Amino acid sequence: MEALKLQPVITAFSVFGVFVCIVLTYYALVNLFKSFPRIRSKKDKEAIMDEDADAHHHVETYTGEPNIKLFWWVFLASDCMFFGSLITAYLIYKGQSLVGPYPLDVFDMELTTISTFILLLSSFFMVLTLSSIQKGDLGKFRFWCFSTFLCGLTFLGFQVYEFEHFIHEGLRLKTNLFGSTFYLLTGTHGVHVAIGVLWLLGMFIYSFWGGITKERAIEVEIAGLYWHFVDVVWIVIFSVIYLMELPIGG
Amino acid sequence: MSGHGPKLALPKFLSFLRNRPTKENGLVSWLTTVDHKRIGILYLYTSFFFLFVGGIEALFVRTQLSANDLEIFVGSTYNQLVTMHATTMIFLAIMPLAAAFFNFMIPLQIGARDVAFPRLNAFSYFMYLAGGIVLNASWFMGGASDVGWFAYAPLTSSTYSPTHGVDFWILGLILTGISSTVAAINFIVTIINMRAPGMTLMKMPVFSWMAFVTAFLLAFALPVITIALIILFMDRNYGTTFFQTAAGGDPILWQHLFWVFGHPEVYIIVLPAFGIVSEIIPVFSKKPLFGYKLVVLSGAAIGFMGFTVWSHHMFTVGMGPIVNSAFSITTAAIAIPTGVKIFNWILTLWNGKIKFSVPMMYATALVFLFMVGGFSGLMHGAAASDFQQHDTYFVVAHFHYTILGGGLFGFLAGTVYWLPKFFGKIMDEERGRKIFWWIFASFNLTFFPMHFLGTGGMPRRIYTYSADMEWTALNGFITLASFVLGITLLVFFIEVIKAVKSKNKASADPWDARTLEWSIPSPPPVYNFADLPKVEKVDEFWESKISNKPIKTLPRDPHGIHMPGKSWMPLITSVGLMLASFGAIYQSDLRYIGLGIFLLAYYGWALEGDAEYYLPYPKKGKK
Repeated sequence: MEALKLQPVITAFSVFGVFVCIVLTYYALVNLFKSFPRIRSKKDKEAIMDEDADAHHHVETYTGEPNIKLFWWVFLASDCMFFGSLITAYLIYKGQSLVGPYPLDVFDMELTTISTFILLLSSFFMVLTLSSIQKGDLGKFRFWCFSTFLCGLTFLGFQVYEFEHFIHEGLRLKTNLFGSTFYLLTGTHGVHVAIGVLWLLGMFIYSFWGGITKERAIEVEIAGLYWHFVDVVWIVIFSVIYLMELPIGG
Repeated sequence: MSGHGPKLALPKFLSFLRNRPTKENGLVSWLTTVDHKRIGILYLYTSFFFLFVGGIEALFVRTQLSANDLEIFVGSTYNQLVTMHATTMIFLAIMPLAAAFFNFMIPLQIGARDVAFPRLNAFSYFMYLAGGIVLNASWFMGGASDVGWFAYAPLTSSTYSPTHGVDFWILGLILTGISSTVAAINFIVTIINMRAPGMTLMKMPVFSWMAFVTAFLLAFALPVITIALIILFMDRNYGTTFFQTAAGGDPILWQHLFWVFGHPEVYIIVLPAFGIVSEIIPVFSKKPLFGYKLVVLSGAAIGFMGFTVWSHHMFTVGMGPIVNSAFSITTAAIAIPTGVKIFNWILTLWNGKIKFSVPMMYATALVFLFMVGGFSGLMHGAAASDFQQHDTYFVVAHFHYTILGGGLFGFLAGTVYWLPKFFGKIMDEERGRKIFWWIFASFNLTFFPMHFLGTGGMPRRIYTYSADMEWTALNGFITLASFVLGITLLVFFIEVIKAVKSKNKASADPWDARTLEWSIPSPPPVYNFADLPKVEKVDEFWESKISNKPIKTLPRDPHGIHMPGKSWMPLITSVGLMLASFGAIYQSDLRYIGLGIFLLAYYGWALEGDAEYYLPYPKKGKK
């Protein structure tokens, strides 16, 4: 497959993404300091809990946690084994490639560090997304939800650019074991991010149909769980694949 | 139907999603059902069907081996039969048989109206069916996989297995893997969240407990095999070199990944059967289960330790004495919790008023047969001894004693024991006993002589042997016995169907049993419990019978009985994924069509919502 000529577009898009992220971070920080929860009296808390109880007509669960939240916790635990197997395969084959290019020939640490930063930043935005819908502020929810979505999309843009670049350098899926394990592991993570991005976009659109409300904040919460998990996994992958290549002691 | 629940917000062009199927009878009602009892019955019948298919394959294998130098099924045909026999039996017959009981019994045992995610439950069933179809379609589309059920690399590479057989096998297993993972998570959430008030984990029936442990095993073991299968698929179709030594890859990685899944799989098969036996033995001994806590904890211990023993399948690959010794020790250690269970069952029998009804006969047979399999397992659990037994008929005898003697006998026990709950009908006791003795005898006559063949040096998976090996007489005998076993098993299932069609109506509690599922009518109404129970003790139903006090119940919901709405989406998503699998095998555009169908149905699923509705309560006092 001939490398697509997407490079300029992606570069432009990425720069734009970084810019957007910086602006959003500023807003996020301002918002965070504004909205620190005031200390509530016990009476206030009880009133809030009653309100919650009225809002939920659902069948009570044994633990009090919603089923869907437990589902995602268990699913993510299962997903850990999924990534665990891939990381195992990567580590077993680390340094076993018979032909180049080898990791340090192709890696651009600065670029990947920026994209990592953007993905981690999106986790912060996700927290704000959830917090705003829990307060019932639909406008802010849309804003942060879309920001998280943009960050995710930017990360994917960086990944596509990176893959393009690697292929240009001669590292393909079947070139060597490094190529196979690298593309499979980061690709699987990329698919997870892509699913998350679709999910966020879905929620964003759904909020205009009236589907996202304060009472259904749990829907946003589970999306957040998933999104944070995908970020945490990326920290592991980034450490295993990129940071471990850095020469020790500078 | 009355009092619809809250509706999800939908724009006009999607409002057709609100039209949910409501048929109560006929084919459509089964295709759109979300009722855990109906899904349980679907699982039961489908796994019976695949048990039949796998049995036929086994008998073909035995026919070829019945005498020396036969040439009925040779070469690849024979290998396909061996591979598909194992794959069908494990993934399409025994595991779903356990799932049938999980589906039907867990909500009843824990006092719930349904599982946590009813539509997802239907999806699990259809995915299992899709996996079964993909696996078996290979017979008609250029031949099935012929690389053995554990499909060792590099035999599976496109060099040595150029046909699509292995691809069908990979995709079929990925589909059943999705089915099992989703079902496992569903059951975990159901058990954690849907228990009746007061039923703490240590007051839960043992069968539900073992299902809980099994579900965790599934959730953590299946991702590993899924990755292994994906890697293998990429090696075969996209030119990667994970298992190609020429490019630096390592075929042993496949073995590790496979057995990290493969050994927990053994406990996935046998723990549900243990759970069933732990239900049946106390009922027919008229005693509480001896050491309830120990039985539960040993089950959990088996679950944990099941992940620490995988390399005992690989003693002969040359991992070195230290690794071999370590895995020998963990393997010996896992016998301890298993032994704890067996002693607890025996002590439950001790001094009990034992009644040998048919379920009890299968259950006690399991205790004996699993011990035989366990002891031979300990023998090749010792690495030094395993070098003699590896890949011989001794191993074949061992795993048939554990998987049939341990797994299948438990599920046969469960089938007879819970048939009244499934269908409201009871099996004929006299004929049941006779069938039991035929199955028990022919099972032992089939598989016990394999120990001798194995120690005599006969390797597994060979399609023929010469007369001077002196294996002919025993093999002929085994083949004869295996046909008797096959026929008696068939008679058993005909007997089940006869019982279902018969007029032997069962009472709500025909065995004088102990757990909550027997406190409601047989078969249970669609909502299971009109009044949700409150639980205070282990064996709450038994306690309420002897103290002559009815089980306490929760106050009724003013809206009515809360029910989940039926849906087409589980079926359509599964069909989409099945088409995508066929497309992936042939690298055709069908995969995009399949994925498109899947995605559309997936969004439909999300947007249509639970569509909960409320049924009116039955009159109080009326059962």
